[in-house]
Amino acid sequence: MPKVKERDKSCDHLFASGHTACPGCGQSMAVRLVLRAAGRNVIVVNSTGCLEIFSSKFGESSWEVPYIHSLFENIAAVASGVESVLRATGRLDEVRVIAMSGDGSAADIGFGAISGMMERGHDVLYVCYDNEAYMNTGIQRSGCTPYYARTTTSPPGKVSQGNPRPKKDLPQIILAHGVPYVATASVGYINDLDKKVKRALSIRGPKYIQVHVPCPLGWGSDSSRTIDIARLAVNSGLFPLYEVDSGELNVRKIPKKVPVEEYLQLQVRFRHLFGSDGAREEVEQIQRVADENIEKYGLMSK
Amino acid sequence: MLGSKAGTQILDGNHAAAVGAKLSRVQVIAAYPITPQSPVTEKLSEYVEGGNLKAEYVAVESEHSALAVCSSASLVGARTFTASSSHGLAYMHEMLHWVAGTRLPVILACVNRAIGAPWNVLNDQQDSISQRDTGWIQIYARTNQEILDSVIQAYKIAETVYVPVMVCYDGYILSHTEMPVDVPSPRDVDSFLPPYKPHTILDPANPRNYNLVTLANPRVNAEGVLCHGYMEIRYLLQEALQNAGETIASVGREFGGLFGRSYASMLWEYSLDDAEIVIVAMGSLAMEAIVAADTLRDEGHRVGVLGLRVFRPFPKSDVVTALKKARLVVVFDKNISYGSEGATCSEIKSALYGSGANAVIRNFVVGLGGRDIKARELAGAVNKSLPALKEGVLNDEYPEWICHI
Repeated sequence: MPKVKERDKSCDHLFASGHTACPGCGQSMAVRLVLRAAGRNVIVVNSTGCLEIFSSKFGESSWEVPYIHSLFENIAAVASGVESVLRATGRLDEVRVIAMSGDGSAADIGFGAISGMMERGHDVLYVCYDNEAYMNTGIQRSGCTPYYARTTTSPPGKVSQGNPRPKKDLPQIILAHGVPYVATASVGYINDLDKKVKRALSIRGPKYIQVHVPCPLGWGSDSSRTIDIARLAVNSGLFPLYEVDSGELNVRKIPKKVPVEEYLQLQVRFRHLFGSDGAREEVEQIQRVADENIEKYGLMSK
Repeated sequence: MLGSKAGTQILDGNHAAAVGAKLSRVQVIAAYPITPQSPVTEKLSEYVEGGNLKAEYVAVESEHSALAVCSSASLVGARTFTASSSHGLAYMHEMLHWVAGTRLPVILACVNRAIGAPWNVLNDQQDSISQRDTGWIQIYARTNQEILDSVIQAYKIAETVYVPVMVCYDGYILSHTEMPVDVPSPRDVDSFLPPYKPHTILDPANPRNYNLVTLANPRVNAEGVLCHGYMEIRYLLQEALQNAGETIASVGREFGGLFGRSYASMLWEYSLDDAEIVIVAMGSLAMEAIVAADTLRDEGHRVGVLGLRVFRPFPKSDVVTALKKARLVVVFDKNISYGSEGATCSEIKSALYGSGANAVIRNFVVGLGGRDIKARELAGAVNKSLPALKEGVLNDEYPEWICHI
C-alpha cells in the first residue's frame, strides 16, 4: 500500500489527529513536530497533564508509538526505568526514550525526579512543553509563569499585578547538571525545533529541550494566532532560542527586536497591565527581562 | 528435594533479603536508603558492582522515583526489586497504588519501622499496615530464613497472578539480627523460578499504550470491542487478590517440595490442636508468642499460637478453621488503626463473623516505636484476659495498650 508507505516516510501521523486539545493548542502542534522529527523508533513516557488527558483516552489514543503514562511528578524516573531495562538487555541502540511533560511537572512537582535523571546520566530526551502555568487543572501559576501574568492563583488585584515572581530558568538549571545537550525551542519555529530534536537524539546521555507553546485558553489569546504569539515571545527576547551543545552555545538571532508590549497585548493574561490605570512599571520590568536575555545570550547582531 | 546441598550462612535479615533478590536474578533494582533498610541497598550495589549480579542498580533520588523506576522497568520487561521502610514507604504510597493498578509483578522488601511524628527509627508495623489498601500482596516473615524464602517465592507468586508483593520483616529485630540461614544454590532457585516473561509489550513495531485515561463505564474501542471501564479494572484487581491465596499456597508447597521448608499455608500454627486459648500475632512477634504459649502451658493453660504469614489477601477461611475450637483469642498488633483497633484484630473479627465461632476476643497494641515486648508480657496479657472468658463478654470496643498510660 504505497499510501501508507508515504505516510510512514513523513512520520506525520505518529501523533494522530482526533484528540481533544483546544483549537490552537501550541502543545499538540509541538508534540506532532517532535514525534515527526524523532520517528517511530521511540518509547514515549508522558506525565499527567493536558497532553495526557487530551491524547490518551482509552480506546481513542493518538499515540502510534509505545506510550506509557504514569503520574505527574515521576516521569523522569519512569523514563529512567525504561532506559535501565534497555541498558540491562543491551537494547540501548535500538530504541530512543523520550519523556514529555509540561512546565508544572518539570519545574515544580517533578523537579526532584528530573534532576535525578539528569544527574544519573540516563540516555533520555526530556521534552518540556512550556505553556507557563498549570493549564490542565484550570490555569494556576507554576514555577514557569512569568512576571505579572494573570493566573487563577496569581490574580491581579489590590496587592499585586499578577504573578509577582520571575519565570524559573529551568534550561539553565538543567544545564548546571553538566548534561551534553540543552535547548530551548518554540512551536513558532518548526525547522529550528525539528533540527534540535534530531540533534538531541543523535547524542547519548541526558538531553533537555524546553519548547515554548502558547495556550489560547490559559493565555486568553486568539486560537488562530498561536504561531504569531510564539514568534513574538522569541523576537521580543522573552523566550530566547538557544542550544548548548557539549558546552557550545548557539543562539537563534532576533532579526528585529519587538517591544514586549506587542507580545503582551495579544493576551488576556497581561491585559490588566494596559488598562486606563496601566502598570507602566511592571511592563518596564518585563521589558528589562527581555533586554537582559538579549544581552546575556547575544540575541541581536551587533 | 533438589540434589545440591544448601549452604548454611549466618545472615542478618537485610542480607537475607538481598540474597533472595540476587538468587531471583533481578534485572533492575531501584532503591533509596532509609534506616533500617539501607544495608539491603548496599548489599545489592556490591553484588552488581562485583559482577555477581547482572542487573542495573539505579540509585534514585527518592523512594517515589524508586518505585517509578521499578514500575516502568517491569512494564518494559525486567524483573525488578526495591526495598524501603517507614517514611520511605509512605512516600511511595502513590506509586504503590499505581504499580498494583498496572498489575506489575514488582517485589518490595519492607523493613518494618515506626512512622512519625514523633521521629522514631525503631520497629513496629504501622508503615506496611498503612499501605494495606494499595492492592499489594503482603507477606510477613518471622525469621531471616523466611525473608530469603519469601522473596524468592514472591516473584513466582507475583508473576503468576500479576499482583505486586511486599515482603515485610521487622526492623532491627530481624533486619539487624544475625541468624543461620540455609541459602539455596542458584541452580536450584533457577529450577524453581524461571526467567520473567512479561505480559506487557513496549516495542515500536507493536506500539501499545499503557495507563490511559479510563472512564467510568465500559467503552467500545476503535476495533469495535467493548472494553472495561475503570470499575471493571478495579474489580479484576480485587478478584486477583481474592484468588491469590491458592497461588500463594501452591507456590509455597512447591518451594517446600524442592527446598524442604514448606509454605503451603498462609498461617503458621503452633499447638493449636487442643488449644482453647490462641495468641494471634504477625511477624517476629509470632515467634515470641510461641515462648509465651509454652510458659502458659507450663502454668496449666491450653494455649496455641496462630501466626499470620499473609495479611493480604487475608486468609479468612483458614483463620476460621484455625480458630474453630478457640474460646479465647488474644490478638497482638504492632499497629493501630486510630479510632478503631489493631488492624489484624479487625480482620480476625471480620473473618469469624457468621462462622459460628463464639470466642472471646481481646486486642492488645504492643511494641510501637521499638518498645520492647517480651514473651512474659504477652503471657501477662493473656492472663489479664482470662476473666473476660469467665464473664463471657465476647468483644471489647477498643484495644488495650501495653504502655505506661
